[in-house]
Amino acid sequence: MRKFIVLLVTLVVGLAYADGQLEIFSWWAGDEGPALEALIDEYNALYPDVEVINATVTGGAGVNAKAVLKTRMLGGDPPDSFQVHAGQELIGTWVVADRMEDLTFLYDEQGWFDKYPPGLIDLLSTEDGIWSVPVNIHRSNVLWYNPAVLENLSVPVPESWSEFLVFCPDIQAQGVTPLALGENWTQQHLWESVALGVLGPQDYTALWSQQLAMNDPKMINVWDTFGEILACTNEDAAGLSWQQATDMVVSGEAAFNVMGDWAAGYMNTTLQLEPGTGFGWAPAPGTGGVFMMLSDSFGLPQDVTNRENVLNWLRLMGSQEGQDIFNPLKGSIAAHLDSDLGLYNAYLQSAAADWKSDAVVGSLVHGAAAKEAFMSQFATVLEIYLSSGSAQAAANAAEAIANQVGLGS
Amino acid sequence: MKGSRDRLTAVLMLTPSLILVGIFVYGFIARTFYTSLTNWGSDPAQALARNPVLRFVGFSNYRELFTGFIDVRFRQDLVNTFFFTLFFLLGCLLIGLTLAILLDQDIRGEGVFRTIFLFPMSLSFIVTGTVWRWLLQPRGGVNVLPTLVGAEPLEFRWLTSRNQVWQFNWQDLPVYTGALVAVVLAWLLLSAWRQRRRGRVVAALVSLLFILGWTVGGTPGIELLPYPETHGFNLAFIGIIAAAVWQMSGYTMALYLAGLRGIPVELREAAQVDGASGLQVYRYVVLPLLQPITLSAMIILGHISLKIFDLIFAMAGADNATTDVPALLMYLTTFRGNQFAKGAAIAVVLLLMVAAVIVPYLWSSLKSEVRR
Repeated sequence: MRKFIVLLVTLVVGLAYADGQLEIFSWWAGDEGPALEALIDEYNALYPDVEVINATVTGGAGVNAKAVLKTRMLGGDPPDSFQVHAGQELIGTWVVADRMEDLTFLYDEQGWFDKYPPGLIDLLSTEDGIWSVPVNIHRSNVLWYNPAVLENLSVPVPESWSEFLVFCPDIQAQGVTPLALGENWTQQHLWESVALGVLGPQDYTALWSQQLAMNDPKMINVWDTFGEILACTNEDAAGLSWQQATDMVVSGEAAFNVMGDWAAGYMNTTLQLEPGTGFGWAPAPGTGGVFMMLSDSFGLPQDVTNRENVLNWLRLMGSQEGQDIFNPLKGSIAAHLDSDLGLYNAYLQSAAADWKSDAVVGSLVHGAAAKEAFMSQFATVLEIYLSSGSAQAAANAAEAIANQVGLGS
Repeated sequence: MKGSRDRLTAVLMLTPSLILVGIFVYGFIARTFYTSLTNWGSDPAQALARNPVLRFVGFSNYRELFTGFIDVRFRQDLVNTFFFTLFFLLGCLLIGLTLAILLDQDIRGEGVFRTIFLFPMSLSFIVTGTVWRWLLQPRGGVNVLPTLVGAEPLEFRWLTSRNQVWQFNWQDLPVYTGALVAVVLAWLLLSAWRQRRRGRVVAALVSLLFILGWTVGGTPGIELLPYPETHGFNLAFIGIIAAAVWQMSGYTMALYLAGLRGIPVELREAAQVDGASGLQVYRYVVLPLLQPITLSAMIILGHISLKIFDLIFAMAGADNATTDVPALLMYLTTFRGNQFAKGAAIAVVLLLMVAAVIVPYLWSSLKSEVRR
């Protein structure tokens, strides 16, 4: 109800002063709010006549914001610019529905073709155009640990999942959980790192175009490995948030944790730990040299009232200056290749180095790899696996959903 | 002359609300039903298009929900709703009745207790859900209570346990239904026999034999699923049921208390004069007179539990599969998966379930009002 009133008010206000406004729709509130506000301040300094409306709907990964956005779009009231995960979440939902404007002209005008990695631009593009401007890059396949704890356990950082499974009983014998895990979506998050580690980047990418079937024997292997890894996790996983799972690693209750690199922001900013000594990181086992990315981006919906204001917003966000204002606060790296690394902490510097050299693949859970219709039903696949314990059943269910939603098309 | 003018005023007064209810309730129900018969959402290019092109596909969304391989979650949700409703009703009615009877004993400070017991109802389900989520954390709240007296902490994972009891095969549902119908028919037969109504006895007997034959004969003509599929009661629901009962049993108590106060003192006194003990007064006078209250309470609580959403959303989140219910699945299917038609189909199933509870009640109460 409150959201509805907020919407109504924004709508009414929006109609009243249609000219000098820019409404930015996102889910960046709380810890992530300051980064967005800093960027908005910069926009205000550049374009003082424009009134910026910061329309955020709280809820991690946009769980609530996306629902509100859909009702607004269906109701014919698009915000001027909205946050969307780069990749299939943008293309499979909004571009195919013919709701976005092609931004190729903006990339030409700003010379961005040389400033972003080609793999990233591919992810934002279809044959018909480029559809959004990426503001940040997060990495999904990161293994976190506490160096002091690993020393006590005398366990090295595993380079593959099979190596991890060898150490698992040793770690358990010392009364420590080998891998900390949290609630439902963090399990899916772990799954994508396992899939990438077992399949390698080529097969992993082939999965999303259906060139590799979801019930291929290789995928059975992925599910079986995933099951063995789950046996090395904490039993109360489903009741923990991702922060609580990270806490287990920090306190030494658990040896490792696979989480996106917002965990670095949490440990560095919230828990005040030094990167490198307070916490350590490595690519998730078997995924060295591959950067599984997700990116927040903003696009230009068709029929917005303040088109020029939106374009200025996109110009600022896509620029090196804009990204270096936003990302150190957000705890992510800039998508822009000219980013000034001196502004970032040790973890982010290493991620930026990997970003330039590694092969890039997209994350499933965070909207880059597969369209929403598949992604949202992937929870059901996981559920089938967890309740039946059958790799074949899970693989068949995944294949059935992939066919139903036309995953590759 | 005056009569027709009154009628005109009445019609004029009622028209606006009739139009609004017609559009915003029944119009939207019709629209949802129509949507559930289309393929809106199965093609992403049309899902969120400005003017989506919808194709009429009949009942195929419903068929998928009840027989589709990947919609196993929906069927488990129906089972969840069944058990949740059952225990929620039982809990509220028993605790509510007990509290009401205790408060009816002319105790001192009745008003204070009444307020305390009623208090949870003034909270929204979101608040209740948040408080109980904290209480039922795996490493806190209820689970560490035993440590206060030096015992080991509990290990039960309230909201996320994967344990399932009372498992059954979905394919056996027709058998259970047949058995249930047989029991009802047997009861009808017995009461008809007692009343010596020969026609009814024969009719009940024939139907009973038919149903028994059909059930024992392996329920020919109905195959729900081509493969076995087990469902059961998720133990993760215990915490949800506790929170819901905590919230609504005070309300049930208030209903019962009003009912108790409505029982004329003369009746109780008459029973006592006839030599009934305290227990007998309740057994033979008070409880039978409370039956209409029980029915109303069941209707009110029943429709809450069938469409429960906010409590579970706040307690366990929408993604916690072991505490899923159809209303949550409808939200996820529609707004995360963009499968608008299938979401609408779930909504229609929910509506039918609630209607099955409410319509007979409205029907009977309207009929009795007309009779008066």
